[in-house]
Amino acid sequence: MPARPERMTDRYSAWRLLKESLSGNRGWKPAWRKPEPKASYDVIIVGGGGHGLATAHYLASVHGITNVAVVEKGPIGLGNGGRNTTIVRSNYGLPSNTRFYEHSLKLWEGLEQDLNYNVMMSQRGVLNLFHSDSQRDIAARRGNSMRIQGVDAELLDREAVRSVAPFIELDNPMFPIFGGLMQRRGGTARHDAVIWGFARAADRRGVDIIEHCEVTGIRREAGRVTGVETTRGFIGAKKVGVAVAGNTSRLATMAGLSLPVESHLLQAFVSEAIKPMIDGVVTFGAGHFYISQSDKGGLVFGGDLDGYNSYSQRGNLPVVEHLLGAAVSMIPALSRLRVLRQWAGIMDMTMDSSPFICKTPIDGLYFNGGWCYGGFKATPGSGWCFAHTIARNEPHAFNADLTIDRFRDGRMIDERGAGPNPWAQ
Amino acid sequence: MHLIPCPYCGERPQDEFHYRGDATVKRPAPDAGEQAFYDYVYTRANPRGWHDEWWQHYAGCRQWIRVRRNTLTHAVAASAGPADALPEATP
Ligand SMILES: Cc1cc2nc3c(=O)[nH]c(=O)nc-3n(C[C@H](O)[C@H](O)[C@H](O)COP(=O)(O)OP(=O)(O)OC[C@H]3O[C@@H](n4cnc5c(N)ncnc54)[C@H](O)[C@@H]3O)c2cc1C
Ligand SMILES: [Zn+2]
Repeated sequence: MPARPERMTDRYSAWRLLKESLSGNRGWKPAWRKPEPKASYDVIIVGGGGHGLATAHYLASVHGITNVAVVEKGPIGLGNGGRNTTIVRSNYGLPSNTRFYEHSLKLWEGLEQDLNYNVMMSQRGVLNLFHSDSQRDIAARRGNSMRIQGVDAELLDREAVRSVAPFIELDNPMFPIFGGLMQRRGGTARHDAVIWGFARAADRRGVDIIEHCEVTGIRREAGRVTGVETTRGFIGAKKVGVAVAGNTSRLATMAGLSLPVESHLLQAFVSEAIKPMIDGVVTFGAGHFYISQSDKGGLVFGGDLDGYNSYSQRGNLPVVEHLLGAAVSMIPALSRLRVLRQWAGIMDMTMDSSPFICKTPIDGLYFNGGWCYGGFKATPGSGWCFAHTIARNEPHAFNADLTIDRFRDGRMIDERGAGPNPWAQ
Repeated sequence: MHLIPCPYCGERPQDEFHYRGDATVKRPAPDAGEQAFYDYVYTRANPRGWHDEWWQHYAGCRQWIRVRRNTLTHAVAASAGPADALPEATP
């Protein structure tokens, strides 16, 4: 079936901006409709975060499947999609991860044209600092692994770090900086715009985005999925794809499955806005801390998980203290700034820190999860691979290794080698 | 900040403890089979609500203790020594 053409009339363009501004801006339409659920769909996607909406977009635009609903328990984009620190990169060491994340980064590079939406993708570089000879060896090895797989990576020495990030303290007595691994194609994007862009693009191809509709059960008959129970009644479906990030275990329980996943908290912080200071993304290597600057001028930063199972979306103070300590060791000037806002999201942590996009033992039921703290950069790649897996009932080569069964088969993708302790990933 | 009632030291702040994971999983008998070991190592109930877990009071008595904590509200209902059982169920 050929892909249904988009409705062309409400395209965004410079010409359209001019036209609307001359007619009092009365011609703009809402970016997506608020439809009532139909009795049934070909595909239901559970979860209106970035991954769910991207899946719907690629189902419609790549596979021509437009009888699709995305059901979301609240308004779209208030989960991790709207809570992350917006870092996009593909600087992994293991081939199964690199293949997938590099595909995602390539989609980011053309995303604004594909969606006809400004997601403010900004490839200003991601720099991972190292502080000892052995850390340098590990960074060099990861960089080489990336380059063998066709991904850009550069090993910077101290002076090169100084020139790209002059605000960094290179001579901290405990954590002197030896250099950094740079991925120049990495950077940041505007997280909310990514949600809205995918929602609008999917809606324009006929996908129903149904907000305030919580899935409470997954109906099955003879080993096959038949639809979902929701707070707005039963909705039938030939196929159901679940993309609910921190709530993945809850949805699995509804289908009688149990997963190698725990839900954990991750916090994020924004400072008061200042003039341009930090160009790209910089990560500290002697503690878990990363920072970038938003287009509004606020410094956006984060660090470690809180470290215990939680569904609360509220972070705790010990992590704040640790993280601000790391911040000031890396950039002493930060001690003069105030933190304006702080929040947390629920991470679906797996036993090896890698995600899954795969079929399940139930026919017609597919799972997308285990994104840990790194799923924002995966958003387009995850949607693209999940759409492929659902449409063809088999994974694409990009996500063939990202299964749940890999734990049983001993094919873990353990980038950090931290053992089966989700809170230590 | 969680305040965790250590059965030996009394109520102490969370940052004196290390989290050590789900305390409901039990090492199966050596001949229990592959599925039992798979579940022991990897499968977690990951409940939204009461959760029995291990914490180690590393900056105090250094004992591993059992704690029943609510993963949604962060309330702590009970704690017990490593060889003692937590109460049957918390409403
Ligand atoms: C503080 C923080 C910082 C982060 N920083 C980064 C970063 O810099 N780079 C990066 O790559 N990643 C980062 N991440 C991770 C990234 O945000 C997530 O991995 C990713 O957003 C998860 O996919 P999603 O957008 O689809 O999730 P979500 O936006 O959480 O979408 C899931 C949706 O499912 C809905 N849902 C749940 N249960 C139900 C139900 N029963 N019925 C219907 N709907 C339901 C939820 O309401 C939610 O809207 C960060 C996360 C956090 C919390
Ligand atoms: Zn104690």
